[in-house]
Amino acid sequence: MMPKNVLGIIYSNSYDSSLGALTARRTMGSVPFGGRYRLIDFALSNLVNCGVTKVGVIANSNFHSLMDHVGSGRPWDLSRKVDGLYMLPPFTPGATESGDRIDTLNRIMEFIATSKQEYVLLMDSNVVCNMDLSKLFSFHSGKNADITIAYANGKAPKLEKTMALTLAEDGKVTNVGIDVKTESDINYSTNIILIRKALLERLIGDAESYAYTSFEKDLIQKNISHLNIYGYKVDEWSKTIDSMETYFDANMALLEKACRKNLFRADAPVYTKVRNDMPVIYGITSKCENSLIADGCQIEGTVKNSIIFRGVRVAKGAVVENSILMQDAFVGEDARLNCVIMDKNTVITPKKTLSGDKSYPLFVGKEIVI
Amino acid sequence: MAKKNECIAMLLAGGQGSRLGVLTKNIAKPAVPYGGKYRIIDFPLSNCVNSGIYTVGVLTQYQPLELNDYIGNGGPWDLDRANGGVHILSPYQQIEGTEWYKGTANAIYQNIQFIDRYNPEYVAVLSGDHIYKMDYAKMLQFHKQKDAACTIAMLEVPWEEASRFGLMFVDDDGRITAFEEKPKNPKSNKASMGVYMFTWEKLRKYLIDDEADPDSSNDFGKNVIPAMHEAGERLFAYGFDGYWKDVGTIDSLWEANLDLLNPKANIDLSDNSWKIYGRGAVTAPQYVSDKAVIENSLAAEGCEIEGKVDYSVLFSNVTVEEGAFVDYSIVMPGAVIKKGAVVQYAMVAENAVIEEGAVVGENPEKCENLENWGVSVVGAGVTVGKNAKVKAQSMISEDVKEGETV
Repeated sequence: MMPKNVLGIIYSNSYDSSLGALTARRTMGSVPFGGRYRLIDFALSNLVNCGVTKVGVIANSNFHSLMDHVGSGRPWDLSRKVDGLYMLPPFTPGATESGDRIDTLNRIMEFIATSKQEYVLLMDSNVVCNMDLSKLFSFHSGKNADITIAYANGKAPKLEKTMALTLAEDGKVTNVGIDVKTESDINYSTNIILIRKALLERLIGDAESYAYTSFEKDLIQKNISHLNIYGYKVDEWSKTIDSMETYFDANMALLEKACRKNLFRADAPVYTKVRNDMPVIYGITSKCENSLIADGCQIEGTVKNSIIFRGVRVAKGAVVENSILMQDAFVGEDARLNCVIMDKNTVITPKKTLSGDKSYPLFVGKEIVI
Repeated sequence: MAKKNECIAMLLAGGQGSRLGVLTKNIAKPAVPYGGKYRIIDFPLSNCVNSGIYTVGVLTQYQPLELNDYIGNGGPWDLDRANGGVHILSPYQQIEGTEWYKGTANAIYQNIQFIDRYNPEYVAVLSGDHIYKMDYAKMLQFHKQKDAACTIAMLEVPWEEASRFGLMFVDDDGRITAFEEKPKNPKSNKASMGVYMFTWEKLRKYLIDDEADPDSSNDFGKNVIPAMHEAGERLFAYGFDGYWKDVGTIDSLWEANLDLLNPKANIDLSDNSWKIYGRGAVTAPQYVSDKAVIENSLAAEGCEIEGKVDYSVLFSNVTVEEGAFVDYSIVMPGAVIKKGAVVQYAMVAENAVIEEGAVVGENPEKCENLENWGVSVVGAGVTVGKNAKVKAQSMISEDVKEGETV
């Protein structure tokens, strides 16, 4: 299967509500991550790195920051005459949409139908992974599968309609559980799903005729015996974001070398919007330990075990520990932060002390001054 | 004919920069890395777009491959445009034969056709080897107000350095009355910055005249400007008081990098109203480990820092391993400083490897013979072997063996 023959479809609003305040004014796809990225960068980069040339980004609500970030798709080389990036916002303003996969796919069926690609790859934007999708494509062809679902092994994410796959030895899906209640490791779907376009059109058509409402239950679970559905194990490091806690952990995981080596590779770069900040300036009084720091920062205080986004300033005497500071946040002199997530453009005035816990990081919302 | 442009810029980027030695072995001077994530040419290019000049011809000649690649379609500077944009202008074959650019004026002369296509009123002639932030629009406004044929940007330099520059004498109105080229005993400290604004109709005529003169060395400073002056054209000096540095030598390039760490040096790259754009590496944020000590330094994305870094500039994807020490140095993209190695008062070019325990450069305070002291330079891709020593002022273009002193 040629990657050019695959149409990428990314849901930018996947499970927005699981991140609460962080997605109050943005989509899951535009949630900042890892010092300089937005979550959607991973899905977009994975697609273009394997050679996919046409990508539709579905946006249902709150998508201004997403549009601003993705733009014409230039950073991912998706600003093209033939194929390239397509934003797919709602058709009619004010139309109520459940955000369900079937509804959403139904809405963009014309876009899918008129694409010349024969296959469709559906992706969510809450999965952090640098994944070689070409392996998934050849797995799909090799198995002669109708549908291939990429899965990871571990504790199931606490997200609605999470699919747990039971697999035969050859990878064929023999059973699908939905919202399985268990604390042990399972094979859970990352919602990266490859399917032939004609089949997807038929399934969505059926769903409309029979008023199906659940993609997972009505289109996947019910079809296990009718269709060749396979599970493909994601080999690479991956993290599915399902709460503020996993968001915090996934960021902090980047402080481990093994994780960075897996996620940020020279042969498969993660692309993002360019900001043209200057390099990081470390002052005479700066102290920095075990931290990830992006361009444009000015560090004069102490930073430990933290993720610092572009343009952050940490003033003299300030101490930042176990925290995530997003774009252009400012920490005033002698302020102290521990286990805090500061959203964009937030300000901590001098001498303030803020503290959360690793299991419950304190969140400071966008543009708030404390 | 293309849409009319009021002002276009011609950027002289063909210089070899021979005084930069191994740093310009395979690349033209304007492509030399500067300031942690830039190249020298980012400054004039960014100045152009920030000044509203969106048609720029870049004249290349020496080792243009990497420079052409870097500029590409001009996207990083917003110079990929339907009208204008950036154009690489290399010497080309003509019916009379092929000719290299003989001098700065000849380079523009050979591209008269290019300029005429845009039919501009004014042409800015810039050079690709200076670090400065300047609003050419203000200079153009001055040029128009004075109804000048040529306006030259002027900087007042310290008297003790004046003899290194082309100097100007200026009357109260700003009109240039005389020139003095690198005099031993300077009587003026008003130096030319190598930034010119011309009225194209005038310049066009003088370029053709200059080309017809077989004795001319076809240089702006030596021939064209003096000729205009003698003919009584209105030449004006436009005063500039910001940061400006010619980075034509190893020492000045090293200093210009370290100036970014000096709050008194008056060069601020964090100013969002005058951004310097460049084609950046696509790489993760930098990682600073719990063993690292980094102070008073500049470091770009993709670095892995586990050692000690003081008063230095690290470009993207530089690795400083545990126990290594980088002091008063410039380390260019992709270079690796291994465990226990010391890099001091040095410039390490792209992808060079300093093996464990090696020492590059000398601290002038600990140098026995200060007369022989100077910044050490390790060329691109060079490996300095384990426990090897690179002395002050050395310039290394080939691998240094284990334990060797050079």
